[in-house]
Amino acid sequence: MKKLTIPGKASIILVILFLATLWILPMWRIDLRAPQYPGGLSMKIWINDVKGDVDIINGLNHYIGMSTIHKKDFPEFIFLPTTMIVFMLLGVVVLLINKKIGYYIWTLLFAFIGIFSFYDFYKWEYNYGHNLNPAAPIKVPGMSYQPPLFGYKKLLNFEVLSQPDVAGWFYIGAGVLLVAITIYELKKSFAK
Amino acid sequence: MNKFLITLGSLAVIATTQSCKMKNADSVVSGDAAAKVYVAPGKYDEFYNFVSGGFSGNVTVYGLPSGRLLKTIPVFSVFPENGYGYSEETKPMLNTSNGPVAWDDQHHLELSQTDGKQDGRWIFANANNTPRVARIDLTTFRTAEIIQIPNSAGNHSSPFATENTEYVVAGTRFSVPLGDADVPISSFKKNFRSTASFIKVDKATGNMNIAFQIVLPGMNLDLSHAGKGPSHDWFFFSCYNTEQAYTMLEVNASQKDKDFIVAVNWKKAEEYANSGKGHKMPASYAHNTYDETAHTAKSVIEKDVLVLDPKDCPDMVYMIPCPKSPHGADVDPTGEYIVGSGKLAALIPVFSFEKITKAIQDKQFEGNFYGIPVIKYEAALHGEVKKPGLGPLHTEFDGRGNAYTSMFLSSEVVKWRLSDLQVLDRAPTYYSVGHLMIPGGDTKSPTGKYLVAYNKITKDRYLPTGPELCQSAQLYDISGDKMQLLLDFPTAGEPHYGQACPADLIKDKQVKFYDINKNKNEFLTLGEKKANVIRKGNRVDVYMTAIRSHLVPDNIEGVYVGDDVYFHVTNLEQDWDIPHGFAVKNSSSVDLLIMPGETQTVKFTAQKQGIYPFYCTDFCSALHQEMSGYMRVSPKGSNVPLKFGTNVIAPDPTAVAATK
Repeated sequence: MKKLTIPGKASIILVILFLATLWILPMWRIDLRAPQYPGGLSMKIWINDVKGDVDIINGLNHYIGMSTIHKKDFPEFIFLPTTMIVFMLLGVVVLLINKKIGYYIWTLLFAFIGIFSFYDFYKWEYNYGHNLNPAAPIKVPGMSYQPPLFGYKKLLNFEVLSQPDVAGWFYIGAGVLLVAITIYELKKSFAK
Repeated sequence: MNKFLITLGSLAVIATTQSCKMKNADSVVSGDAAAKVYVAPGKYDEFYNFVSGGFSGNVTVYGLPSGRLLKTIPVFSVFPENGYGYSEETKPMLNTSNGPVAWDDQHHLELSQTDGKQDGRWIFANANNTPRVARIDLTTFRTAEIIQIPNSAGNHSSPFATENTEYVVAGTRFSVPLGDADVPISSFKKNFRSTASFIKVDKATGNMNIAFQIVLPGMNLDLSHAGKGPSHDWFFFSCYNTEQAYTMLEVNASQKDKDFIVAVNWKKAEEYANSGKGHKMPASYAHNTYDETAHTAKSVIEKDVLVLDPKDCPDMVYMIPCPKSPHGADVDPTGEYIVGSGKLAALIPVFSFEKITKAIQDKQFEGNFYGIPVIKYEAALHGEVKKPGLGPLHTEFDGRGNAYTSMFLSSEVVKWRLSDLQVLDRAPTYYSVGHLMIPGGDTKSPTGKYLVAYNKITKDRYLPTGPELCQSAQLYDISGDKMQLLLDFPTAGEPHYGQACPADLIKDKQVKFYDINKNKNEFLTLGEKKANVIRKGNRVDVYMTAIRSHLVPDNIEGVYVGDDVYFHVTNLEQDWDIPHGFAVKNSSSVDLLIMPGETQTVKFTAQKQGIYPFYCTDFCSALHQEMSGYMRVSPKGSNVPLKFGTNVIAPDPTAVAATK
């Protein structure tokens, strides 16, 4: 089997470093703005926690019957960090066995984790925005409150913007790097 | 044709006559004034202007240059609007040795200073009628502490502070016998005294205590200011009625050609106090403090006070003659010049600290007043401002070597130069200015951009509102050679002195809400599950929570006529600007306004049976109207059980009875 190139090896270390930022910085943020909140409200999603103005958002959401957000209700905050640690350890294994095929499998695994995470995030958002308490004081016929997966949406008096936070961009960077190096490794092996 | 010409001619005559009318205010407002005071929507003012409330007993806060009212801070008077003085937690703030005193006359303010500059930590306020000094915390804009002053009356020359807020002073305007002795009024000379009290302010906490009182002859201490820089160790009090009149003061206290500026060496006084030169005298005065974590005030009655007699303390007090019943005693930013404003004099004497020091060294005295050395007028004098105007009252400084004196009678502000005492400019005020104020104008480093005149008479300045009118202030731009009138703005109560500081000094350290996990109130309800109603004899304690948009409990039964019901309401919100209010129908007490994370208590005595709705009085949310509940008050001796809850929907007992 063919061995990894120098940039290929270096990229493994970089990807692991990029992913390590998930433990020191938030990965996703949902910003809300309404006339009554000139400074805006912000919910920060970490790999293992949800922070920011969660209490205030919970307080507001009871009017429209949305459930309240609590850290303990998210099994993701255990699964996701575990998965990422395993993935990072596998990176070390790929580096040690030093085979291109290992790198390709590692990249595929990353793509799978990424797609599954987004699917899971979407599913949570859907439930959060649609499962409303029927006894809620404010009911707008036909209205649901699913936050945008990515980008901007207007929900009643709130404007909502959903986007990656710093560690999220590192995560995306890790993905871009993996795909780029996979292409590079493939090209190198065909060139020889 | 001729008739037409005659008509034209008469018109011309009338027009000319009209143009001869007297000058009015329109002619003194120049073109760019509007732009200079315009603060666009959503933008902030450049300065906080704290203004004394006079007979309202409160302090008001305005923005400058807009003149917009931002807040009323309740200090010495009850304030139904937010429950200050009514809630069980705040009642002790207004306690005195004579029981609760729910009103006062609030004259002067002083921002705390470090090294002679405003530090934005606290503002001090005096109460003139029942002598007290308050400290207001500038992170919450709330009254944090009030201390009563014994052996005093008419606490007017207060609460001025030394350069590092080592001391805040309180001086007697209405001399009284020490220890509240019962003596004939006619024994004024023998028995009546004025006192200069020095209140020590703790550097870290701001806590106040009366360190010592200097006992002075019976006379009226009027105003005061601390020295600065070279004169750091000194305090200067103006006084009038050295005639020692006790009746018809208008005439009898205006006889002498000169009264005094009393110069007190407070450093020396401090040494004497520490070395046991004073004596402890029994006294009774309240010391009230508000605990920000318990959200509760407590009142302690102090038992004695240390008094210093100038007879036992040489070199501590000197008198400087000052013409005609001086009012203001103001010290310039360098600390060298002391301006005494003889309110009945036709000139303004300016004293030199250097000369005063030399006169004391050379013993240039012209006699003594009850044993206190009187320095020769000329020996202390830097010079006199000649023909400044009529009725000089107060002087502030711009930090560029100029002084500005308010003239009550000629209703104007006069700008003059400290070095050569030349009058440089005058600007009319509308009408009869009392105090004037330049931001930091009584400190080492004034911001000489604006001047505010606090006028005593309003007359025609605003739309008329019956016989009782608002008070009026005027804002001037003083950045140029000539003062420029920019704005009139109405003020609340009766402003005397004010203070202003750059907004940046204060605005970023504001408390936005109280952390509920740090709430140490005895009657805190930490969460709706803890809500409770407890009866002990005829006292009923309701532990209630408020959060958008419901109260827990909102149904209460089992309360009887004659019960004292204490509603302890905890606002569970943890966000800025989400207060909840609370009121009960027919409550003889008032509204509570409870900040997020805070607990406040209102006492309600059930007088008659009936159903008493209670509700949130501060429009808190879209469902504010729903934030209400019911209390059932049953006749005394009935056996309605104690019951409470929220969202407990029981079958209608009367309907059940009907079907049986």
